[in-house]
Amino acid sequence: MAIWDYANPTRFMRLADRILPWLIGICVIAFAIGLYKSFFMAPEDYQQGDTVRIMFIHVPAAWLAMMCYSVMALSSIGTLVWKHPLADVSAKCAALIGAAFTFISLVTGSLWGKPMWGTYWVWDARLTSVLVLFIMYLGLMALWRTMEDPIKAGKAAAVLTLVGALNLPIIKFSVDWWNTLHQPASVMRLDGPTIHPDMLVPLLVMAFAFSVLFFVLHLRAMQNEVLRRRVRTMRQKAAASARPAAATATTQPAE
Amino acid sequence: MFEGLSFSLEGGVALVVTGPNGVGKSSLLRTLAGLVALAEGHLTLSGGVDDHTPYEHAHYFGHQDAVKPALSVLENLVFWQDFSDAAVPHGFAGDGMSPHEALELLGIGHTARLPAAYLSAGQKRRLSLSRLLVTPRPIWLMDEPTSALDTASEQTLLDLMNGHLAKGGMIVTATHTPLALTPMRKLHLETAQAGEGEAV
Amino acid sequence: MTGWAKALFLRELRIAVRIGGSGVVGVLFFLAVVTVIPFGVGPDLNLLARIGPAFLWIGALLATLLGLDRLFQADREDGALDLILMSGRSLELVVLVKCLAHWMATGLPLVLAAPVLAIFLNLEPLAIGAVTLTLLVGTPALTLIGAIGASLTVTLRRGGLLMAVLVVPLAIPVLIFGVSSADAAIHDPVPFMTPFLIMCALSLIAAVVGPLASAVALRFAAD
Repeated sequence: MAIWDYANPTRFMRLADRILPWLIGICVIAFAIGLYKSFFMAPEDYQQGDTVRIMFIHVPAAWLAMMCYSVMALSSIGTLVWKHPLADVSAKCAALIGAAFTFISLVTGSLWGKPMWGTYWVWDARLTSVLVLFIMYLGLMALWRTMEDPIKAGKAAAVLTLVGALNLPIIKFSVDWWNTLHQPASVMRLDGPTIHPDMLVPLLVMAFAFSVLFFVLHLRAMQNEVLRRRVRTMRQKAAASARPAAATATTQPAE
Repeated sequence: MFEGLSFSLEGGVALVVTGPNGVGKSSLLRTLAGLVALAEGHLTLSGGVDDHTPYEHAHYFGHQDAVKPALSVLENLVFWQDFSDAAVPHGFAGDGMSPHEALELLGIGHTARLPAAYLSAGQKRRLSLSRLLVTPRPIWLMDEPTSALDTASEQTLLDLMNGHLAKGGMIVTATHTPLALTPMRKLHLETAQAGEGEAV
Repeated sequence: MTGWAKALFLRELRIAVRIGGSGVVGVLFFLAVVTVIPFGVGPDLNLLARIGPAFLWIGALLATLLGLDRLFQADREDGALDLILMSGRSLELVVLVKCLAHWMATGLPLVLAAPVLAIFLNLEPLAIGAVTLTLLVGTPALTLIGAIGASLTVTLRRGGLLMAVLVVPLAIPVLIFGVSSADAAIHDPVPFMTPFLIMCALSLIAAVVGPLASAVALRFAAD
């Protein structure tokens, strides 16, 4: 508890305060450029028309969904191996953001799928894997919510995250295999052979903007979590500080 | 459980039940609380409030605290105040305190807004005890009331119990520690003759 | 009478929403059940659309059962059940209020999640509406019937599984009429109202029988 309260997180809070304004600035600029490029400069697709622009949100969100999990896995190693006091804060905060990005990629994906496949959802290998990833994120968040003690919850979640990290490739492989077993004829494959540079540049700018957005949100969320834990500790101390019983003065309970 | 056990108690008097472990002190209290059905015999309360069974006149203060860690201390107490029906028969001068007063009196007023999960065992016990103060009921059934309490809280508890007696309430308590209650009668339970009771 | 019922209702809701968030976990379980179905039956959208209402109902039934074992057990473990029995309040009404709060915290989120999950199973808008409506009317019956199982197993340490075994047969009629009214809405010639009204009646019966039976069981459990 002592380390928790003073040493490391305090320095982290100060550092985050100094970095955040710059990151926010970069994030805003990158989004301005990226959104302008993808909505006004990038050409329409000759088959899909304007619908293709969903890609500029959808693809970076999907990338970020996976990146968040990597951040969580690294943080979990930090929790279990080095017992770094900020590692489980980092993992916990990344889970929520990761779930949000996964959700965005699922929603934009299904909105994109409607004009292309005629339905909001197909059990395509890639979509299904992302859905499984989403469920894992939500499960981790539920685990964190259910356990009262944040330190214990952090350890439990770290174990689950690492098992999940080992399992994700296996899940991906199995889902691919399952999907080729029943490849539905109606599904049009998405993987166009090449992306034209006019589309690739905005996509990369957007991916950069999303990554910076992740770091901004992640740092802020970590600051909030550190504060939340301090409040928790203070409240526990407040409960423990036994005030001298007021009862000694009053022998007669109800006037 | 018991055979040939018979006793009566009038308002303003405490009955202290003693006896070795496992003799059935807790069962006796739970029977009085209406939680265990009587195999035979009967339990009557004279001069009670109409439409109320004897156990609806009683507070049961047992080993368990019935404190929900997810709720705040005040929420815990206010719930029991709103939920339990008060019973103030003729000859009992009890009136309910406000939840804040009760918590303050028991020395946990500063925790009112905190989640009950943060309380220590003794504080939870006191929170549970505060329930008896906010809903006036004439009979207090207390099973080992002093467990998990420190000396100061024990004194507070004694003052509260004597105050309850002074207002015409009744207390039936099972305890191993001697309690300075006045006026008091003793009921000693023995295992030798299959739990034969004898009021002293 | 309304005062104490409201106090109980709010307490139950607060406990359900704060730590643990059993409603959220229930929805998550529902999502997980719906997700594994295509792995079992294959990703054929036409097939999924045909069996979708049935699987949504089974998922909702399992998710409801999952959260029910704590309905009375938590109160028994910390002694609150004893105090509730002594409170002088009608135990049948207490059970009813607890069930209502439990349904608000766990059943209603399932009903709200159902339209989203229906998209995964490729249901038509009409079918989505029908399934959601039947779940809205039917899940209270599941909770009320489940309360009987929950109060029968309240003294057992690991009563959850046994409770599910006890309750599933009792829930079959609700499942039959829920699924058949959802199906009736999709396939035109069958009238929708007949099975739907029978299911409404089942819910009303459960609202009477559930509290009565579980109050009896809880009184026995106090010994």
